[in-house]
Amino acid sequence: MAERCGVVGIGQTKYAAKRIDVSMPGLLREAALRALEDAELSWTDVDALVIGKAPDTFEGCMLPELYLADALGGTGKPVLRVHTAGSVGGSTAIVAASLIEAGVHDRVLTVAYEKQSESNAMWGLTISPPFGVAVVAGAGGFFAPLVRGYMRRSGAPEDTGILTALKDRKNAHKNPYAHLQIDDVSYDMIKDSPMLWDPIRYLETCPSSDGACALVLARSELAKKAPRKPAWVRSTAMRSEPTMFAGRDAINPQAGQRAAKDLYDKAGVKNPRKEIDCAEIYVPFSWFEAMWMENLGFAPEGEGWKMVQEGATALDGDMPVNMSGGVLSSNPIGASGMIRFAEAAMQVRGQAGAHQVEGARMALGHAYGGGSQYFSMWIVSSEIA
Amino acid sequence: MRDVAIVSFAQSNRAKETERNEVEILMPVVAEAVKASGLPRSEIEFTCSGSSDFLQGQPFAFVMALDAVGAWPPIKESHVEQDGAWALYEAWVKIQTGEVESALVYSFGKSASGDLAEVLALQLDPYCVAPLWPDADSIAALQARAYLEKTKKTERDLAEIAVRSRRDAKSNPHAVLKGDFTVDDLLASPYVASPLRAHDCPVNTDGATAMVIVAGERAKRLVERPVWIRGIDHRVDPPALGVRDLTRSKSTAIAAEKAGVGRDKVDFAEIYAPYTHQELILKEALGVDGGVTVNPSGGALVTHTLMSCGLNRIGDAAARIMAGKGDRAVAHATQGPALQQNLVCVLEGE
Repeated sequence: MAERCGVVGIGQTKYAAKRIDVSMPGLLREAALRALEDAELSWTDVDALVIGKAPDTFEGCMLPELYLADALGGTGKPVLRVHTAGSVGGSTAIVAASLIEAGVHDRVLTVAYEKQSESNAMWGLTISPPFGVAVVAGAGGFFAPLVRGYMRRSGAPEDTGILTALKDRKNAHKNPYAHLQIDDVSYDMIKDSPMLWDPIRYLETCPSSDGACALVLARSELAKKAPRKPAWVRSTAMRSEPTMFAGRDAINPQAGQRAAKDLYDKAGVKNPRKEIDCAEIYVPFSWFEAMWMENLGFAPEGEGWKMVQEGATALDGDMPVNMSGGVLSSNPIGASGMIRFAEAAMQVRGQAGAHQVEGARMALGHAYGGGSQYFSMWIVSSEIA
Repeated sequence: MRDVAIVSFAQSNRAKETERNEVEILMPVVAEAVKASGLPRSEIEFTCSGSSDFLQGQPFAFVMALDAVGAWPPIKESHVEQDGAWALYEAWVKIQTGEVESALVYSFGKSASGDLAEVLALQLDPYCVAPLWPDADSIAALQARAYLEKTKKTERDLAEIAVRSRRDAKSNPHAVLKGDFTVDDLLASPYVASPLRAHDCPVNTDGATAMVIVAGERAKRLVERPVWIRGIDHRVDPPALGVRDLTRSKSTAIAAEKAGVGRDKVDFAEIYAPYTHQELILKEALGVDGGVTVNPSGGALVTHTLMSCGLNRIGDAAARIMAGKGDRAVAHATQGPALQQNLVCVLEGE
């Protein structure tokens, strides 16, 4: 690696169902300006932009990075636009980091977003495609059978998903940017909420949100001079596997397992549960917390649910997960991965406020997408080495 | 920067793919590029692609493409919602990090499912401009009119570019529109959007491109004549047509300077100019003068597979150098209304 990369600025918008107070450029600028303020930099200090979002059909705007370029100070600069399905927010941060690590640029601004209120994501996901069959079930309809498969395989107690949802919804109260902050949320409130895609209940599901997240990345020499402590990118990993392949295990995908192994090897992590202080991972439906604990190697196969049942993933547990309230509390799809990566960086910078894990030094950010076939993750730390 | 070379390239372009879907178009192209690289698929360490959901009219259009490239066991892979030339850029950056030595880059586009000139209206400001549905040909015509008025060039000058492109395409088996035409014949046809006639506008086609790039010594061992990427850079202009001087391409000029076009003599250029007048604007921005052969492949005017045409220009230039028909070339890619975003790549033979 030619250079080391540090996260020197982080900015988020308030996440909400409809941000009709701003246009798309307004939404992205809100996050980008906060990231620049955090880094005490201006638009002209940035060499390049990397923009990420999920399908263009979600807003009905084709290659929107072209339209957004000048609103983000991109005139005359390189602009890349990443799209790797639901993992895109994470992949976007990784592509931006690679521009620094390659020695191509000194400072890069990366922004990921979704403005779901401009269109209808449910429609965007289920239109009748040429040469194909419309599923008309949204993402929940796709993932519910995988959850059912996990329950059958692991013998996990039926309320594991409820416990994750309760934890994440409580954590969301500590995060001023979170979209859903449900008053008096309780075990029974979640249990009694309508069953949407059996076994996934309404309150075990992510919302549709508008929002953007931005990071300013810098090469080591500049990051060391940043006004606030940087989060150092220790390692990154991406893996993809095909959709139509009978040999794949969609419940515990190889792509996720291999990405995690690569990630830990590069960061020198031997025992992730011991060495990593907290993890912010992509859990759009409650049960995926237990499933990803296994996929990421925090728990042996078939035992991820135990971490949830024992409270290990709570803010005060031994392996805090989704301190921000997670995707269950805020889901601007294209940004959701970057929000996970940003939360990991905020934790090791000690700037997570009420959802700070005391003394967090090494944190994992994770995103996945497609039919559990795209994975992107990074490990950030408070120390460079 | 590490030396990185193009070691193989493959393409498929047809007037209209009515029988095959994107995966079916892509599979033989990827297989051909991988085979020609001399590297087993399992040893190509990174994969990056470019495409647009809006051509297929469905979200995650690129996801199914993974089935065509062989992603088992799982691969290190990324995708840009941009022309494949930008996928090449991302792959080149990945190699520069030192994490990988080789990459497969591919792109595809099948615009026959819709009316491309209308679909492209959705690239414009979604609040104020796109609802008026200005089509791509009309926007290019605004640029052409401004260019002709400023430079005193004529519609005849533009027709000559079309005649040359169609004639050169005769020696390109992958070109779609080819043949001998006269300027007078072309000028006798009606306007599509004044001052542009059909021959000034691209022939929209369906297809895919793929290439394999490899770092340093390994590339030399794989093929007889690797084509080195000596410089690659891309820049963007503001989206609003009214704030740009449409008769010039500032972003191309910056990218050309950063990529080092002017450091040595250029033997030929492959320029992604979907409209005739844009070739003239781009030549000036690239610093390519009258003595340089432009678009020996016939270029985007005769074969325009959106999302893939930029990578195709780079691939065509590389293939020509591999064949010994030149030592140093400049290849260019564009996207966005009226040449908004541009990428420049300088290639040299071993």
